Amino acid sequence: MFRQREGSPFRGLAVVALKEAADHMTSMRVHLVMLLILLTALGSVYAAIGQIKETVGEDAFLFLRLFTTAREPLPSFVAFLGFLLPLVAIALGFDSINGEYNRRTLPRVLSQPIYRDALLTGKFVGGLIIIGMCLLVLWLLMTGLGILLLGLPPSGEEVLRGIAYLFAAFAYAGVWLAVALLFSTLFRTPATSALATLTVWLLMTVFWSMLAPLLAGVLAPIDPLDPMTAVHQVEVQQAIARISPNVLYGEMTLGLLHPETRTFGLLFPSQVSQALMGAPLPVSQSLMLIWPQLSSMIAAFLVLFTIAYVSFQRQEIRP
Amino acid sequence: MSVVIETKGLVKRYRGHVAVNGVDLTIERGEVFGLLGPNGSGKTTTILLLLGLTEPSGGTVSVLGLNPLRDPLSVKQRVAFLPDQVGFYDQLTARENLVYTARLAGIESGMAHRRIDESLARVRLEAVADRRVGTFSRGMRQRLGIAEIILKQPEIAILDEPTSGLDPQSTHELLTLIGDLARGGMTIVLSSHLLDMVQSICNRVALFNRGKIGLCGPVETLMGDVMGGTHTVEVDAAGIDLKEILAGKPHVMRVRQDRQNNWRVDTDADVRPEIARHIIAAGGELRRMSIRQTSLDDVYVRYFEEAANVQAA
Repeated sequence: MFRQREGSPFRGLAVVALKEAADHMTSMRVHLVMLLILLTALGSVYAAIGQIKETVGEDAFLFLRLFTTAREPLPSFVAFLGFLLPLVAIALGFDSINGEYNRRTLPRVLSQPIYRDALLTGKFVGGLIIIGMCLLVLWLLMTGLGILLLGLPPSGEEVLRGIAYLFAAFAYAGVWLAVALLFSTLFRTPATSALATLTVWLLMTVFWSMLAPLLAGVLAPIDPLDPMTAVHQVEVQQAIARISPNVLYGEMTLGLLHPETRTFGLLFPSQVSQALMGAPLPVSQSLMLIWPQLSSMIAAFLVLFTIAYVSFQRQEIRP
Repeated sequence: MSVVIETKGLVKRYRGHVAVNGVDLTIERGEVFGLLGPNGSGKTTTILLLLGLTEPSGGTVSVLGLNPLRDPLSVKQRVAFLPDQVGFYDQLTARENLVYTARLAGIESGMAHRRIDESLARVRLEAVADRRVGTFSRGMRQRLGIAEIILKQPEIAILDEPTSGLDPQSTHELLTLIGDLARGGMTIVLSSHLLDMVQSICNRVALFNRGKIGLCGPVETLMGDVMGGTHTVEVDAAGIDLKEILAGKPHVMRVRQDRQNNWRVDTDADVRPEIARHIIAAGGELRRMSIRQTSLDDVYVRYFEEAANVQAA
């Protein structure tokens, strides 16, 4: 049956988003996670600068090395973010909808002249605002530290690549926020939804890279007489691995912050016959390289949000 | 008088069970209307259907001439709702909670601040306006809920179990506030299982039973219909059959024997002297007699007793 609703679904969206963002800003939980991120970021940059000073003679993209250089025992800044951004997103989102149920605020808020859409989207946008601010602050902090401690300003291309990386990291965190939001609509207990989200996070960050080769071995076994089957298996394995947002994030960082990256897959000698090994790609080419990763990340985020949306629209308001 | 809420054949089914089963309601402007019934009889579901917060499985709802499903924003703009055990954001102060509501309701900010001060004063929470709601007692939260209604200035206020879980003092305060709202011309719909409260402030009540309205009308009429009288005389006497003696006597509506030598007589006037006289005249031994006015409690108990008997039969 076709029925048209009157009024805008966006009414109240900005109010909800700003209130959520303000709540996050004052919440102890978010303070703790931010503190953790800030400390690790400072630590990894400091280590990277030490490493750069010791080893690098000439590098056209010295500034980007700040983000990607690791010094034992610390991982690089981007690796840290790949690990911690999901945690921030989960901390922001895991109790957003079921929290309203448990505080019994949902009927009261929904009896105001807004649609449910505004509440869900507003909560999502509120979370994104916080993630965006957190990333921007980190990025500026890194750049500032780099200028101060290395004594060299970033080039225009490095700034461009940095901004592109910022956006990629934002999309990556957005996916995890969508996961957290989805579980917060599916489970009524915040503890359950937090555990479910953390489980998915662990599976994707830690175990997925172990599972992908196993699955590929089952799905595309190697025939010792046909070398192409080996290539096929590698391709299948890569496709499976890319289900994990972490793998996509890793590839995007690689493509953006290591300008000499030409491909993420297998490279045959015929394909690089005329190439200058180690020569950097222009920004536009690097962007084209990571485009599929970025768009699949955004697609994943949209799909997750849609599922959360549908399940929230169908939920009864009574606990 | 104009009709502000009208439902016809309202049905709501949750997976396999029927919560509301054909409810016809008509509520007029300025009324204080009570939805009465035991827990699980469909009161809250009916309220959610009125607000468009849940979709009916059948039937129609019209609130202020609008369909809450087609035009929910206009309905929710003009109708305020105080849910059962209302929740507020504990980490925010009372004032911040109201500011959020005012923004969601689209009240312009200068006016909102004025109205918030005014409504907090009316529910006597101005002293704690800047304290976190987390520190509030149940009664204070409920009063804050009333402040939210005052702030929104709706045409209809729907209150779901507004006094459940409150101590007598807070209940009294809340009822006074609700009475004030009603005197201000607001139409009020409230659900409750606390009958004396409904009796004290409602013009009309509807008795819910298993998703249906069993009885509907002004409180006095219901008493007449269900109880057959306005007074109940309790008699302890020996050596007679009171039922026989009082059969067909004026003002006596019904006689029931509760225990051996103990009867309850429903009457529509104070006829204790007559009853005493009849007992003595029949040679009976009158031991005790007491009278009380029937309350809605009796109606309620009696009605559901009968409903259960019908079910069992």
